[in-house]
Amino acid sequence: MSTQLQPILTRFWDDPQSWTLATYERHDGYQALKKAVTMPPADLVQMTKDSGMRGRGGAGFPTGMKWGFLPPPDGGPRYLVVNADESEPGTCKDIPLMMAAPQFLIEGVAITSFAIGCNHAFIYLRGEVVHVYRRLLRAVEEAYAAGYLGKNILGSGFDLDVTVHAGAGAYICGEETALLDSLEGRRGQPRLKPPFPAVAGLYARPTVVNNVESIASVPLILLHGASWFAEMGTPKSTGFGIFSLSGHVANPGQYEAPLGITLRELLALAGGMRDPSKKLKFWTPGGSSTPMFTDAHLDVPLDFESVAAAGSMLGTRALQIFDETVSVVRAVSRWTDFYAHESCGKCTPCREGTFWLKQIMERLEHGHGTQDDIDKLLDICGSILGRSFCPLGDGATSCITSAVKYFREEFELGMKTPAAELFPPAASMLFAKETVSA
Amino acid sequence: MKTTDSSPNYGVVPSGDTAAYPADVLATLRADAQLIIARYPKARSALLPMLHLVQSVDGYVSPRGIELCADLLDLTAVEVSGVATFYTQYKRHPNGTYTLGVCTNTLCAIMGGDEIWAAISEYLGVGHDETTADGMVTLERVECNAACDYAPVVMANWEFFDNQTPESTKTLADSLRSGAPVTPTRGPSKVCSFKQVSRVLAGFNDGLADEGVGAGPASLAGLKVAKAMESARPESVPELAQDGKATT
Repeated sequence: MSTQLQPILTRFWDDPQSWTLATYERHDGYQALKKAVTMPPADLVQMTKDSGMRGRGGAGFPTGMKWGFLPPPDGGPRYLVVNADESEPGTCKDIPLMMAAPQFLIEGVAITSFAIGCNHAFIYLRGEVVHVYRRLLRAVEEAYAAGYLGKNILGSGFDLDVTVHAGAGAYICGEETALLDSLEGRRGQPRLKPPFPAVAGLYARPTVVNNVESIASVPLILLHGASWFAEMGTPKSTGFGIFSLSGHVANPGQYEAPLGITLRELLALAGGMRDPSKKLKFWTPGGSSTPMFTDAHLDVPLDFESVAAAGSMLGTRALQIFDETVSVVRAVSRWTDFYAHESCGKCTPCREGTFWLKQIMERLEHGHGTQDDIDKLLDICGSILGRSFCPLGDGATSCITSAVKYFREEFELGMKTPAAELFPPAASMLFAKETVSA
Repeated sequence: MKTTDSSPNYGVVPSGDTAAYPADVLATLRADAQLIIARYPKARSALLPMLHLVQSVDGYVSPRGIELCADLLDLTAVEVSGVATFYTQYKRHPNGTYTLGVCTNTLCAIMGGDEIWAAISEYLGVGHDETTADGMVTLERVECNAACDYAPVVMANWEFFDNQTPESTKTLADSLRSGAPVTPTRGPSKVCSFKQVSRVLAGFNDGLADEGVGAGPASLAGLKVAKAMESARPESVPELAQDGKATT
């Protein structure tokens, strides 16, 4: 029995004007908030724990447990900060969600804020998606006008202000403590943990930082019940999620399904490989920071435990599909450029390590690698992994160590032959036919 | 406010306009900055949007803009420039009217982004972070912009142009330079100027939120399949053969 698609957050994205409050209200919008404000906040936290939902931003920490870590109220402010800085290579689920149906997020922000005793919530959106920012600003305006935000929400006596904040281009700000520093008007550099944001977050006050998709799912859990959510997916990876297929697949796009679906099933739903005569070579289960998989992993259930058991991480369900025309050395070399560019410079192993990884990967890509480059790569990776404040450096090593594990011979060829010779880039392009004559 | 004459350039290369803001511009900037500061419990949080605001007037993070932010937030100019130089969207020299960004992160690069980059860079005669002589287009390599299902992606002033080719990107650049109308694939009905977009990023809505589509075709791919299956029960999901191909 194959796993079926389950459009929930994506259900009405094809509605004309799907982003408006009117459309959202036609699809049960704000029914959950009406229910929430009549409940004891502790029950909302318990409900989220009972749902088993694990954070949708990559790390997979249980959302309700995160809320439960806040210390008891001391009369001072507590904050909710939504991480909408989606920038992990391959990840493209939150941006379309906020473009098509931003009110899910706004209602989720209101419910979560009520649950944790927050009166001022922030949505930190990356700055490079200006139309999504317009949609969020408009969604917040509409919610204020309807009395879902502001003073005395729905007559409950609960007040909430929401500020939508645009970043300015920095991958590192997707890391929660870097995001908080950035939101405080500083360079976005990670903080040493502990203290965790639950204890000392924004302005050193108790803060919950959650991903867009996690918060957007909260109204649905409240509306349909924690057990409705928990019955989907697998026992330890409950619920549904948006799977983003990109690359050499016939119909790339967003596919919402219970956790535990396999790439084989998703590929079938997406029309198979773009060119059926070309084999799947490698793919990322959750963005470029998650160790890559090969065609041997088509049947790994895409849930947190199964992907981890197979040696990778579910991450953000960003499935980047590469067929046999692609040089893994070229792909990894480009990702390595990215990590070197985006390393914030705070921790020496990551700052210096990514710089050296980049030099070596460039050599290998251009066929100038030396005899001990592969060992040197792995050695540098070993010096970065686990030795920096945040996981950016770890992510930089994942694609390299996994690629060497599965495709070592291609790295060895990089000592003599340029990747572009082994795998002519034109064969991989979407518009290959157009450029063939050139 | 201090005079900017013979002041350091705070990372601006080459050093920027040293003229002070005209009084009316300064008054508007200060009033807008107060609106931004009012959104936050602590004033310093207003710094990132205020830097976008400076770009909406000057087209880059100018020395005088840095000094204004420092003045309003009780920071030193060096503290402000230390923040501004961390983020790629803050420009250290006057930007073109349009930023044209080609995604050359791995997935887009392989799907054709590298080819697009090579073609448009040659066509415009400029490299990364360089501006055409007419001041219209600043070309950039951009990192993953969260639209991988539309690869290869090109951004014009941070509006999405999906599924691009070298030819379509050249046409886009031509239109931006000549003032011919262009419509993003997923965005408003037009591409606003760099200064206009910077003002939006400072948190001032320009009223265009209701323009454009809710979702593009790739965003709806799964929903379309699910709806087709719902209307054709009993469900049958095609199985995949071992090599990853769909069998029919």
